[in-house]
Amino acid sequence: MYREKRSREFYLLAIFFSVFVLFLYGPLSAILILSFQGPNGGLTFPLNGVSLRWFVNLFETQAVGDFGGSFRRSAMLGIMVMLVTVVVSLLAGLAFRRKFIGATALFYLAVASLVVPSIIVSLGIGVLFSQLGLQPAWYSSAFGAHLTWTLPFGVLIMFAVFNRFSPAYEEAARDLGASSWQTFSNVVLPMIAPSLIGVGLFGFTLSYDEFARTLMTAGSFNTLPLEIYGMTTNVTTPVLYALGTVTTVFSFLVIAGTLGLIVHLNRRRQRS
Amino acid sequence: MATITSTDTENAGRVRRQGFRLSLAVVSYLQAIPLTLILGFFLLLPILMIAVVSFWDYDFAQMYPDFLTMNYAETLGSWVTWKTYLNTLKYAVLVWAITLFIGFWVAYFLAFHIRTTSMQMVLFLICTVPFLTSNIIRMISWIPVLGRNGLINSALVGSGVISEPVEWLLYSDFAVVLAMVHLYTLFMVTPIFNTLMRIDKSLVEAARDAGASSWQILSNVIIPLAKPGMAIGTIFVVTLVMADFSTVQVMSGGQSASVALMMKNQMSLLQYPAAAANAVVLLVLVLMMVAGILRIVDIRKEL
Repeated sequence: MYREKRSREFYLLAIFFSVFVLFLYGPLSAILILSFQGPNGGLTFPLNGVSLRWFVNLFETQAVGDFGGSFRRSAMLGIMVMLVTVVVSLLAGLAFRRKFIGATALFYLAVASLVVPSIIVSLGIGVLFSQLGLQPAWYSSAFGAHLTWTLPFGVLIMFAVFNRFSPAYEEAARDLGASSWQTFSNVVLPMIAPSLIGVGLFGFTLSYDEFARTLMTAGSFNTLPLEIYGMTTNVTTPVLYALGTVTTVFSFLVIAGTLGLIVHLNRRRQRS
Repeated sequence: MATITSTDTENAGRVRRQGFRLSLAVVSYLQAIPLTLILGFFLLLPILMIAVVSFWDYDFAQMYPDFLTMNYAETLGSWVTWKTYLNTLKYAVLVWAITLFIGFWVAYFLAFHIRTTSMQMVLFLICTVPFLTSNIIRMISWIPVLGRNGLINSALVGSGVISEPVEWLLYSDFAVVLAMVHLYTLFMVTPIFNTLMRIDKSLVEAARDAGASSWQILSNVIIPLAKPGMAIGTIFVVTLVMADFSTVQVMSGGQSASVALMMKNQMSLLQYPAAAANAVVLLVLVLMMVAGILRIVDIRKEL
């Protein structure tokens, strides 16, 4: 009986949920709209005509420090962080399936990596590099700083995945004569592939948007979030919004592509 | 890794199976090494470095190895520091309470009122996607909404509710808390949703058969079972707010301070030892809060 009719609670919560979604997307869409502001328009509504002026402005080097270069660096760094996060989290996830001395300590070290304020990590790596006489750069110190943020997420996700993973499949494969490597590559890997892609998505997007940890570790060349952060204080034209629109659309494309890949993999697995 | 190289042929496979116990332990260590090395070098070592540097001397250009407690005395002896800590804790409490409220009801709606799994996943993804985009962009996206000539003010003035634009919408504590809630709510939704999804629906049925009202089911069955998720969400939100400097800087327009912002200002003045002393105090505070929460919940069981 209860299942048939929607209760009043349902409608109240549905309204609450809709307001929440509006709260999430509303401001973002304001930026998307305002980035098409006319040449004489300002930072707020109303739209003073419609133009692509600010997107063109984005690619003139005077307006924004170095949009092309910082975007390239952020994308490269994101890919590096993604690859390392996937491989290292997978290995750690496999390690945690068995008890070993130091497992608990390592697990809590990963949790600590998540809760230590990012600016402290940034400061620490910055000071460490300068004391070791190393030059901080986006591909060394910032790369490590990003890993301290993406790895705990990756490790916790793999931990959760293997918690639910039945060893029966591996035992069956082994009984049929498969070697460890064959069991891993033909049985385990296909089953956890969607989760690994999810870890990769986290690795890339968290790194691509990260800036508190990059602050002291990027060296002489900025990543894109640092560039945007600098702009919030000294840019007073909608070119800021145009930049926001471009990076947000890029993020959406990355997310959509990844989700598409996951759905595709799941479909293929169900068919076979 | 060791097994990969040793299983090329059937024979090697058989040999390996004899020494199974021993090699498994070694394999675990080999698999754990990369994570240990990375976190060791980029997390543990830098934190040790900060602890050491916090006792050093400095001037406008350089740091000098020393053992002074001056940095701590200056940090803890100043009224500004205490006010900044109190202000940061105020943000943490406000944002925590609001995100917990929103997070619980959103997760509850998704877990108990949406009937198909695919719809649950679609709605959950709708909540997730904005959190994978840039924090700074999401922060500045409030400016055209809250500003003096922003959407809310023009709507209110236009409809005649108020005659003058409201000034405290942007560049105020209100704006800081609003933006933080906007940025961090998902960290509350996800863990609560995760625990709610694992509640056996027959428990709810049993409670209803025994005559419990919806409210009783909620307060006696669902909320107690959701506590671990709330605890994990709390860890995320509290540590993120305690570490925040960009939201406070951008959304308060420089009128409010947080501990991390104070550190960042010291760092831009090259006062690294002072910033390091601050970092140690902040780190101890955050770790104590997390340890307190971890007494309630075992994360490893909840994953």
